[in-house]
Formats: sequence, C-alpha cells, structure tokens
Amino acid sequence: MQKSTEINQYKSEVKNLSFYYGTFNALKNIDMVLHDKKITALIGPSGCGKSTFLRCFNRMHDLYPGNRYEGDIMLYPDNVNILLPRVDPIEVRMRISMVFQKPNPFPKSIYENVAYGLRVRGIKQRAILDEKIEDALRNAALWDEVKDRLNDLAFNLSGGQQQRLCIARALATDPEILLFDEPTSALDPIATASIEELIADLKDKVTILIVTHNMQQAARVSDYTAYMYLGELIEFDETDTIFIKPKNKQTEDYITGRFG
Amino acid sequence: MITGIIALMIAILTFIALFAQMLIDGMPRLSWDFFTSFPSRRPESAGILSAWVGTTLVMLVTAVSAVPLGVGAGVYLEEYAPKNLFTEIIEINVTNLAGVPSIIYGLLALGLFVYQLGFGQSILAAGLALALLILPVVIVATREAIRSIPIAIREGAYALGATKWQTVSDHLLPYSSAGILTGIIIGLARAIGETAPIITIGALTFIAFLPPSPITDEFPYISFEWLTAPFTVMPIQMFNWVSRPEEAFQLNAAAAGLVLVVMTLTMNGLAIYLRYRMRKNIKW
Repeated sequence: MQKSTEINQYKSEVKNLSFYYGTFNALKNIDMVLHDKKITALIGPSGCGKSTFLRCFNRMHDLYPGNRYEGDIMLYPDNVNILLPRVDPIEVRMRISMVFQKPNPFPKSIYENVAYGLRVRGIKQRAILDEKIEDALRNAALWDEVKDRLNDLAFNLSGGQQQRLCIARALATDPEILLFDEPTSALDPIATASIEELIADLKDKVTILIVTHNMQQAARVSDYTAYMYLGELIEFDETDTIFIKPKNKQTEDYITGRFG
Repeated sequence: MITGIIALMIAILTFIALFAQMLIDGMPRLSWDFFTSFPSRRPESAGILSAWVGTTLVMLVTAVSAVPLGVGAGVYLEEYAPKNLFTEIIEINVTNLAGVPSIIYGLLALGLFVYQLGFGQSILAAGLALALLILPVVIVATREAIRSIPIAIREGAYALGATKWQTVSDHLLPYSSAGILTGIIIGLARAIGETAPIITIGALTFIAFLPPSPITDEFPYISFEWLTAPFTVMPIQMFNWVSRPEEAFQLNAAAAGLVLVVMTLTMNGLAIYLRYRMRKNIKW
C-alpha cells in the first residue's frame, strides 16, 4: 500500500542508467526519481554529465550515431521504459518537451513558432491552433507582450522574450515533463529572474527537470536537487537538505564553493 | 596583397576592354528584328530567333532535371547518408566532377543520351548534358546551405517531435532555399554559355525553323515534341558567325555575344538579389 502511493508521486524513475558516447562512458549507473509536478534541478561542475543525462529523457542522443543507453527510464503512470529500442523517440518527444540553452526560435512568425509542435501532431483547424497558442503564450507569460504582433518574426523579440517563446512552444503540446538545459545561461539577470519566476509557476502543470550551473538558481526554484560529478550521481535529495546539510562530503564541498 | 590587386585589375580591365569592344561592335545591330529573325545568308537580315528559343528550351530541360536531382542528392548526402567509406568516395567525386572539362560531359552525353538512349541530336540530349555539368554545383550549394543552419534549430525541431522528413521539409529546405537558389542560378548561368558539350552532341549551326511549340490548340494543349527537335543555342550561333569571312557577320556575333553576356549577368544579379532578400529575415 505504502509502495503504490509512493509510485504515484513519481512521474519518472531512472534505474541503473548508463550512457556511452561511442566508447566513452558519460553516465554511470544512475538511480533517481522525478517527483510528479515538482521541479528537480541537476547541478555539478562542467562536464559532469548533467546535460547528457537531461538529453536521455527525450532520446536526443538518438540523433547522432554511436550513442548507446543502458538501463531504464520509466515513465509513469504508463510504466513504460522510454529507452527501449522499440519505443519510438518521436513518441517520447511528443510527451517530453525540451527548452535549450540558447533561445532557438525558428525563423518564422511568433504564431508559427508556437504552432509547430501542434502542426507536427496533425492539428490543422485554425480555431484549435488559435486557442492552444494563446494558452501556451499566456502560460509562458508572453501573451500580453506579443498578442498584437503574432505574425512578426520571432527574431525581432528580445533574448528573454525569445526564450519565453521557446517555453511557450514546448508547452503548446501539453507535455508531461518539461526539460530545461541551462535555460538562462544566455540571458541577462532581469530576463533570468522572469524565466525563473515562470518556471516556478509552471510546476502546477508539468513535471520539470532543469540543468543549471548556477547553484543559487537551483536553490531558488527547485524542490529536489541532484548533484552529479564525473558521470555519477553523488547525492539526490530535497533541495533544502542538499543545501543545508548534505550527507556527502563532495556535495558539501561543491555547495560551499570549496570546489567546482 | 598589392600583387593580388594588380592581378585582379588586369583581369577586370581585360574583361571591360573586351566587353566595351563587343558593345561598340554589337550595339548597332541590336533591334527587334534581330531577336525575331532566323539566321540568314545576308548578315543584315540575320537574327537570333532560333538561337534564343533553343537556349531557353535547353535551359528549361536542364533546370527541370538538375534541380530535383541535385537538391535531392545534396539533402541525402547531408542528412540521410551514413558516414562511411562509400559516401566519402561519392562526396570526393562530386567535388571533383565540378572540375571536369565540359567537353568530357559532351562526350558522355553523345555516347549515352544521343546513341545509347536514342534521344538523337535533340534539345533533350543537350539539356541533360548541361544538367550533368551543373549537377555538382547544385549539390555542393545545397549541402553548404543546409550545413550553415545551426544545430540548435535542427534539435529544436526534433525536440518538438518532428520526424526527419518534417525537419527537412519544414525547416532545413526553407531556411537554405536562398543558398540553394543561388547555386541553381549560378549553375544555369554557367550552362547558358557552354559551347563544347553542345557541339559534341551535334547541335546544328544554321537552323531556320523553330521546334514544335510546347502549347497546342488541341487537347491536352501541351506537347513534348519539342524535346526531340533539332536545335541551336546562342553560343553556337555566335561560333557560326565568328567563323564567317564577312565583316558584317562579326558584328552579328558581337551583338549575340552582348545578349548572352547580359543574360548571364542578369542571372547572377538575380542570384545576388534573391540571396539578399531571403537572408534578410534569417540571422544566426
């Protein structure tokens, strides 16, 4: 009984995950969970594998030859291992969206940027598109700024607005998990604050996994934090525990700035 | 640096001198009649009607065959082909093909299209020969245009659940269209002035009739008979006139040359303009 309620709190469970770029072992036997409708942050020094780990969740590594996964990433409530070769990566990406390090809008209009994920799902009716696009832009706190110029090119927006557009684009398809790969590293402090606020607001709707090299950011926005080092998961716990009394010496050294 | 500029100036000045000479000689011959008359034994009533119609139709065949093949090959090599020895050999050969003398393409076309496939000395054979000639240009332009699109855009499309084909058709092709179009136009501008392969195929040098019209009065209103018709093209008409002893034919050759140069420069200008227009909206 206890077990099943616990499972229901998980959106995803990573079991003994290893990942290889060719022969290079980039992730080593990772076990972790994503709590449903919570924000989980991945922190660690550069090259520790946090982005590699994030990109396993939407099978981004499948785009390049020579990459190999071992282990499971279970998605609940379906109880399906999304790393299985028979699971279509396109199906996975339909349910798990991603926002990248640098804003990467398409050289199309604001409207078409948000519409693209819906269009690849075969949605053509203008009324449905209009409604979903407005919802997505509202959820990304961008609607008021762009509602009068939806047909403008996305490149005419500021960097922070472009990143919020990319978040709207990812939200438009109602993903179950939203992945953020250092979403504020290319933005100024004011734009960063607005994105962080947005991420915090989004957790009512979607489970979030965020990679950040900024520890304050992890402390500010996340409910759970995982510390990674050299492809291994060193410690995973509630954010408060990680930042106030980490169990592992390495985590403590990194958090307190003695290392990293 | 200085020697480079001097070398460049010599090349440019030579071109300007030649062009000016052609302009002085050919300008007085340019008139409406020059474009609407067939070649003639009398230089003053000779024109380039069969030549420019022939050039237009040959270019049509070239474009229709080289563009889908070249763009398709470029997309395949860049996005679909596995990276192995076989594709590497293909890649090296595509680049090398651009440097093969055009008369070799003429010989290939003579053997393959004219005799083996039985197309005869026709517009179809000439168009396909020139298509082979510009194929490497189109392939290389397509690949470079696709390669210049940032990985972040590609990954952005894939991350939204796009398939490979959706990524290619919704993003990579539209965003690289300026570069691809430039390659196509520059390829066609090169093909329009090619003489050697067309002579090898056996284009007529004196032709006083037009190929059958592609548009007909009767159903289905469209005809492909022109594809198998004998023809001539602008550079061959020039070649024919230059080899005549009479002075007056030299002036005709200059006038035809002027038309050809203007056609080529217009195409290049169009390529630059399109590149500018389409790039304006794309910054990365």
